[in-house]
Amino acid sequence: MDWPTLSDEEWTAIRLSLRVSTVAMLASLPPGILVALALARGRFWGKSLLNGLVHLPLVLPPVVTGFILLVLFGRRGPIGAFLSDWFGIVLSFRWTGAALACAVMGFPLMVRSIRLSIEAVDRKLEEAAGTLGAGPVPVFATVTLPLILPGVLAGMILSFAKAMGEFGATITFVSNIPGETQTLSAAIYTFTQVPGGDAGAMRLTLVAIAISMAALVASEMLAQRIGRKVHLE
Amino acid sequence: MSLVVDVRQRLGTFALDAAFTAEGGVTALFGRSGSGKTSLVRIVAGLARPDEGRVVLSGDVLVDTARGVFVPAHRRRFGYVFQEARLFPHMTVRQNLDYGRWFAPKGARAENPACIVDLLGIGDLLKRRPANLSGGEKQRVAIGRALLSAPRLLLMDEPLAALDEDRKAEILPYLERLRDEVGIPIVYVSHSVAEVARIADRVVLMNAGRVETVGPASEVLGGPRLVSAAERREAGSVLSGRVEACDAAHGLATIRLQGGLPLVVPAAGVSAGEAVRLRIPARDVMVATVRPEGLSALNILEGTVEAVEPDGEGMTSLVLSCRGDRIRARITAFSAGRLGLAPGLPVYAVVKTVALE
Repeated sequence: MDWPTLSDEEWTAIRLSLRVSTVAMLASLPPGILVALALARGRFWGKSLLNGLVHLPLVLPPVVTGFILLVLFGRRGPIGAFLSDWFGIVLSFRWTGAALACAVMGFPLMVRSIRLSIEAVDRKLEEAAGTLGAGPVPVFATVTLPLILPGVLAGMILSFAKAMGEFGATITFVSNIPGETQTLSAAIYTFTQVPGGDAGAMRLTLVAIAISMAALVASEMLAQRIGRKVHLE
Repeated sequence: MSLVVDVRQRLGTFALDAAFTAEGGVTALFGRSGSGKTSLVRIVAGLARPDEGRVVLSGDVLVDTARGVFVPAHRRRFGYVFQEARLFPHMTVRQNLDYGRWFAPKGARAENPACIVDLLGIGDLLKRRPANLSGGEKQRVAIGRALLSAPRLLLMDEPLAALDEDRKAEILPYLERLRDEVGIPIVYVSHSVAEVARIADRVVLMNAGRVETVGPASEVLGGPRLVSAAERREAGSVLSGRVEACDAAHGLATIRLQGGLPLVVPAAGVSAGEAVRLRIPARDVMVATVRPEGLSALNILEGTVEAVEPDGEGMTSLVLSCRGDRIRARITAFSAGRLGLAPGLPVYAVVKTVALE
């Protein structure tokens, strides 16, 4: 067994998984912060509805989420048709669609983490910044954001990890096309479906473990460095 | 500069209905906890909205509910020193100090930051983080941060209340220098008679959400107008005078009061000719109808009784006129009756302690 060498197809799946997860994480960050802010601080009609909607992917079977995405974002779906007609953006059966599926699945985890850290911010500090002449946006940028950075970082890691492991919603929405939508998880699944694929599945499993460990360790170190700055008082 | 405040606000069962004006110098909002001082100063700062009323600084209307005007806190340029320092934990002391300057209009930046840093004695702390500062240091940095934002008015909400006696003693001299050297009008919220007597020029006495009295510190802190029993026990006279002579060998200074009476006061670090303020707690003044002899007290002043007012708890508050300077005494009603104290009676005031402020 020559397991240290990976085939081109396997490399492609790994690269694709990393790209999909990174894009999913970065794209869901701005809306994640906004929704977390709204849930932590806002008082508006439909707040519990928004909360439920955000958390839905966490409790629904992933296949259901994938199917809903397919219905909404498929070429003939209401949103999908709009995007392809007006902007030429096609999500179904593309790697961007995989990123969307991963972002949706990781969104509740990201929002929860950021929301908790926003709720932990001492609003008296924001009040003090206001008396020093800082308007709401500068206050958020100079006081709130630095203080919630550990929570934001944790949310990003959770979202990334969820995306690396996402399988059900992705395969339902964008199928399992090698080189386009076949992520690491889908590739492992494919290996297990063919005779003699066990070695390939094992190789990719080891890679998945290595990537996940590296992400965890990196985030832990980063969080500690930021945490030292923020949580001394 | 003149600050005009006239506001009403309901908070549950508590109703705030207060009006006062403040000119330059230090105006103290004084009263026991729960009297509405902090609610009032938060409205002045723009951190709370009154249900009704106006806040105007030198013609600049900040709040006028009748016309729907409300200028948010960050556009008022009022420095605010909170009870807890509220320093930003993720910034160094220097960054904390500079924070307000980022937002101050270019023309209004504090002219000499180094001066304020020196005045507050925080030059050695600039590179540290708030978590590594003592309570007193934090509060000094917080005062510096507010001053460096070039405020038009400085609001101080019980800035010493969270500190122990030693830390208070550490900061009070800085506050006095601030009052004397910086020239920004200050509204100072406190429930401590000693603090207010030492810092304030004018006192707004608050009780149950209303302004009870407004006047010079020496009058309001005098006695019967103070609301609670605890405040009355702390009541006293605030006098000003000039250092006439220093006796370094005994650590004493002779202070000539405005009316011409000399007082001998234990004092270190004052020099002849300096103007000083003195506080004489009313409970530390004894009254005699004949000149007492063989006493340890250094100061026995001749005067006449000007007013006798019952003061609750079986006590009587006296105002004695000693060559024009008014000294208050708080004695038992029983003694007042036994001595037959009545306005016009010549008496001797035995002053046990004088605090040089």
